[in-house]
Amino acid sequence: MRDVAVVAFAQTHHTDHDTGVSEPELILPAIDEVREKTGLRSFGFTCSGSCDYLAGAPFSFVSALDALGAWPPISESHVEMDGAWALYEAWVRLQHGDVDTALVYGFGKSSLGNLRTIMTLQLDPYYLEPLGLDQLSMAGLQASALGAPQEELDEIVRRSRADGRANPYALDLPLEGGEPPITDGAAAVVLAAGDRAGELCANPAYIRGIAHRIEPHYLGMRDLSRSVSAADAARAAGVGKGRVEVAELHAQFAHEEIILRQALELPAETVINPSGGPLAANPVMATGLIRIGEAASHILDGRAARTVGHAAGGPCLQHNLVTVLEA
Amino acid sequence: MPSEPLVADHVLEFPGGYTRTTGPVIGRFLTELRDGRIVGVRTAAGRVLVPPLEYDPDSGDAVTGEYVEVGPAGTVTAWTWVETPLEQHPLDRPFAWALIRLDGADTALVHAVDAGNAKALEAGTRVRPVWSTNRRGHITDISYFAPEVTKIVSPVKAAYKITASRSLTHFLEGVKRGVFVGCRCANCHKVYVPYRLSCPECGIAITDEVELPDTGTITTFAINNLPDPRAPEVPFVSAYILLDGADVPMIALVGGVPAHQVRQGMRVRAEWVPEAERTLSMSNIRWFTPTGEPDAEL
Repeated sequence: MRDVAVVAFAQTHHTDHDTGVSEPELILPAIDEVREKTGLRSFGFTCSGSCDYLAGAPFSFVSALDALGAWPPISESHVEMDGAWALYEAWVRLQHGDVDTALVYGFGKSSLGNLRTIMTLQLDPYYLEPLGLDQLSMAGLQASALGAPQEELDEIVRRSRADGRANPYALDLPLEGGEPPITDGAAAVVLAAGDRAGELCANPAYIRGIAHRIEPHYLGMRDLSRSVSAADAARAAGVGKGRVEVAELHAQFAHEEIILRQALELPAETVINPSGGPLAANPVMATGLIRIGEAASHILDGRAARTVGHAAGGPCLQHNLVTVLEA
Repeated sequence: MPSEPLVADHVLEFPGGYTRTTGPVIGRFLTELRDGRIVGVRTAAGRVLVPPLEYDPDSGDAVTGEYVEVGPAGTVTAWTWVETPLEQHPLDRPFAWALIRLDGADTALVHAVDAGNAKALEAGTRVRPVWSTNRRGHITDISYFAPEVTKIVSPVKAAYKITASRSLTHFLEGVKRGVFVGCRCANCHKVYVPYRLSCPECGIAITDEVELPDTGTITTFAINNLPDPRAPEVPFVSAYILLDGADVPMIALVGGVPAHQVRQGMRVRAEWVPEAERTLSMSNIRWFTPTGEPDAEL
């Protein structure tokens, strides 16, 4: 297995409304920032994560390539998933050994449509989508299955929102509530393999474990009070092999944090979502990648030696990706 | 001066909708649904999946060809209340989404429950499907689920014609004139109001009639928060009022004072409606209102 590290991370100053920038215009500042941090203008591989349904336009990721300057032609791929899975694909690509650097980005403008009901379109078209089950309804069912005390949930929201206010990239939101904010934003990460990692940055955040697992889609086939797939991914990534100083979890709702914390077997001393997490900024399709980027930042800045980034996709935490980063 | 941003509406829609093949397993479920039956499919391991899937999510093995009728009743295992339904939701009034384990199934079905209000639901609530009148082989052939019948409402209404007794008529005639008519027992000397024909303590007829003043003292009271056609406002106070010179209190409304200021020992006076509006009824007294005198010792 080749050593692969996060060597740069950048994100936009996320907004709760459409500022009128096009997708390439949204992405460009984050791409420019990681180019500047690494000094790289071209990459061995490029992979992005986005969802056409957010903008209601087909192949929006293709036009987004205008932010890269894909000429002469570049080696590029895309996942219709959170950018965290684009990072996974790039990590796999770097394992081939013929390229040493990869640019990964994720972006989304969820302000354009009605995100709550656009999320209905991810459901199976026979049993769930025709019922019109929306994002908040799905979350409500999972919260009911977990049955956590309201005070515990409120405290997670309060902590996340307070941390978010201190994060210049996140939104300034009330300390109460509980719904993830509608957010426009983007993020970019540069991965480097082998010796290149040390050449491109002083403190590479080495990916010592990365795995994703998925479970059945239909909500009634699962025990929604726990996340078996997150637990399996965490075991495969080796989360428990050492102390986790910081964990950035892709928990869009407070009850998801409780479920994930349990699945990843994180002890009380692990700091959860010091960035504020998705409750403070939720640029859909970049939110998971930002979790990995934020977790990596603690190592890039020399503030931590071992962190975890988590990303989720699908209804009620159906699909989970866990990354263990070490100095 | 920056120009206004250019904004346009944009709708993503495939006219007529996508045509999707169901495959044999989902197709069987939807066909049975059109016939008003709910079926699950048995896995090789013996579990019954509802709604049926082509592969066992536990093992990835193909399911067996055995379909099992389940329900129609089931048990709610988790639920979430929707106070403001969205246009795409199955009900246009507040309802719950629920995971429902139908009788005979090993998994839960996601559907809507029309429970009236959130307090009517809990994990364990028994529900049954309410079928669409126009079934076409679609998950919405079940319009929604409804809780099983556990209680009924029984309205009771009986009509009577009541003739006031001689003593009550005499008392109300007094009230119409603006006086309270009472009586004194010749044996125990107690003064009763309203006027009555016998002493409840001595069991003898009373003949000695007395007129009482319209002032008195509150002995006890209740603050009522439910509207009553006889009371002018909510909350209102009903009180026992011991008219001056009487030995038993009379029940009446207290008004003209905030409810929380009403107290035992408070001195009150009847507030009469204008003479022209009076009838043979207690409504001639709007209420008793404080006189402002110092409280009386009870």
